[in-house]
Amino acid sequence: MIFTLVWENVRFKPVRTLLSVLLIAVPVTLILTLIGLSRGFLDDSARRSQGVGADIVFRAPGTSVMTFSGAALPEKLTEVLTQTAHVTQATGVVNQPIGGFDSVTGIDPAGFTRMSGGFIFREGRIFEKPDEVVVDQFYADQRHLHAGSVTRILNRDWHVSGIVEPGKLAHLFVDVRNLQDLVGATGKLSQIYLKLDDPSNTPQVIQALQAKFDGYAIYSMKELVSLISVNNIPLLAGFINAVVGIGVIIGFAVVSLSMYMAVLQRTREIGILKSLGATNGFVMGIIVSEAAALGFGGTIAGILLSFVTRWAMLHIAPASLPQAVVPSWWPIAGLIAMGGALLGSVYPGLMAVRQDPIEALAYE
Amino acid sequence: MNKPPDSIIQARGLRKVYNTGKVQVEALRGVDLDVPRGEFISIVGPSGSGKSTLFHIVGGLTPPTAGEVIVAGRNVSTVGERGRTELRSSSVSFVFQKFNLLPNLTARDNIRTALYISGKEPDQFDPELLSLLDLLGIAGRLDHKPSEMSGGEQQRVAIARALATRPAILLADEPTGNLDSRNSLAVLNILKDLNERLGQTILMITHNTEAAAFGHRTLHMRDGRIAETSH
Ligand SMILES: Nc1ncnc2c1ncn2[C@@H]1O[C@H](COP(=O)(O)OP(=O)(O)OP(=O)(O)O)[C@@H](O)[C@H]1O
Ligand SMILES: [Mg+2]
Repeated sequence: MIFTLVWENVRFKPVRTLLSVLLIAVPVTLILTLIGLSRGFLDDSARRSQGVGADIVFRAPGTSVMTFSGAALPEKLTEVLTQTAHVTQATGVVNQPIGGFDSVTGIDPAGFTRMSGGFIFREGRIFEKPDEVVVDQFYADQRHLHAGSVTRILNRDWHVSGIVEPGKLAHLFVDVRNLQDLVGATGKLSQIYLKLDDPSNTPQVIQALQAKFDGYAIYSMKELVSLISVNNIPLLAGFINAVVGIGVIIGFAVVSLSMYMAVLQRTREIGILKSLGATNGFVMGIIVSEAAALGFGGTIAGILLSFVTRWAMLHIAPASLPQAVVPSWWPIAGLIAMGGALLGSVYPGLMAVRQDPIEALAYE
Repeated sequence: MNKPPDSIIQARGLRKVYNTGKVQVEALRGVDLDVPRGEFISIVGPSGSGKSTLFHIVGGLTPPTAGEVIVAGRNVSTVGERGRTELRSSSVSFVFQKFNLLPNLTARDNIRTALYISGKEPDQFDPELLSLLDLLGIAGRLDHKPSEMSGGEQQRVAIARALATRPAILLADEPTGNLDSRNSLAVLNILKDLNERLGQTILMITHNTEAAAFGHRTLHMRDGRIAETSH
């Protein structure tokens, strides 16, 4: 019966219902998009890290999982590390942020190809001249680049010499020496990747390296990939919390206002229900159920809209902002919207309950 | 209190004062009333004489300021809000001048809502309710919303909704006030019929002396009191 009453109420004012549902959907979409973007970004980094084909990554002291830019390792170290037992290959790279979520990576083409199995070129070839850059397909799509195109990175014009299949280390590649000179880090590296004779030797090699290079950040690739998560990026975690908070507030405000209006508009109907002997609980139940219905509708709409933002992101920025679908967050975003909606219905509900039935019946 | 046998309503010294800002309005100034079960009473009187106020107290919509009133065995002066809510859901039903149907709901859902609130099975109309709907001539209109019905039909749905829960008392506050003479006559005949056939206790406020004549007796209210009773 409450279902009928709520359903007919919701149906009776379709514009109000639609508007409330869409407004509640906004924070749901916001949360899911944000979570999807962080997850997508991290999954993408993890995939690319694995694409290197290394077993161990070696970084300067004082770096953390997600902040490793700045070239602080001496290049000579590559030689030293190659001499460690079980290490068969070592290749160093330089990472340089270029604004936004993007960065350019300097690689030694020979060493990198040996370790990773080499790029698969969709267009063109590896860089040969100092102003040449190789980009992956995502980045090329995002910037509409082809072999031979010119693109501006680090305040310089670069020629795209080739476009490669995505999934290996980075989206943009230049020659490591070239980048070192450019950023004033001649002879320095950001990180060194190591490949072993047998991956099962990884723990033992890490132990040996840690003993020898005290304070350096040395991870197995497996560990590094598992550490790539939202919780290891304090800024992102804080941002997500803020958006979740905004979600609760919007849900609360929208439903509160919407139900407040509904209670005013339905003063007379509430009077009728009371004249029929409806209890306070019954009247409150209708208001709260309607809020829950709006919250539920908003959740569904928000989930659907998050696919729209994903579609948009895939078309606008497939390299910088890959957005994953994260169904495990659907119920969480739903609970946030529902929580806000239910909270928002409490005051209008109490208002409805407290109405004097005689005055309510006289209401025009 | 001397109770005549089987009185369904007994009121003694009923007073109601409304405080509206600085002004105090004495809507009832001492009403004594005994209504035996099965009676059909008409109430007439000038505007502002307290007729509706008397209904609101008897129907448990508001407590009296002073005095005592027992309705269907419940002392309305003392039961509190919860008790008055129960009175409305179980023992007393209203029919209003303005019909007061829930506008979003069909006639059927209006009736189901009343049944549900009074704790009765809302989905299966029992034979007595079905014959009531026949008597009211609305059995074929149940899936229409109020906006799709004439005033006369709406009022008959309101009567069906009021009686579906089998209340001991029906309080009809100017039930024909918004109807033309043909529909008024139909509603009055239905009320009389319900009273005679089912023994339904009915109190009806009206401004119309011809309408008042449908009752067994007529109470004349003036200045918050029952001034006289005519048969
Ligand atoms: N909720 C209220 N607040 C303040 N005053 C009220 C209220 N209800 C009724 N009154 C006053 O109480 C008096 C009696 O009103 P009541 O509605 O009982 O009269 P009535 O006999 O039903 O009149 P009518 O024939 O116009 O319906 C009037 O003076 C009215 O203004
Ligand atoms: Mg009145």
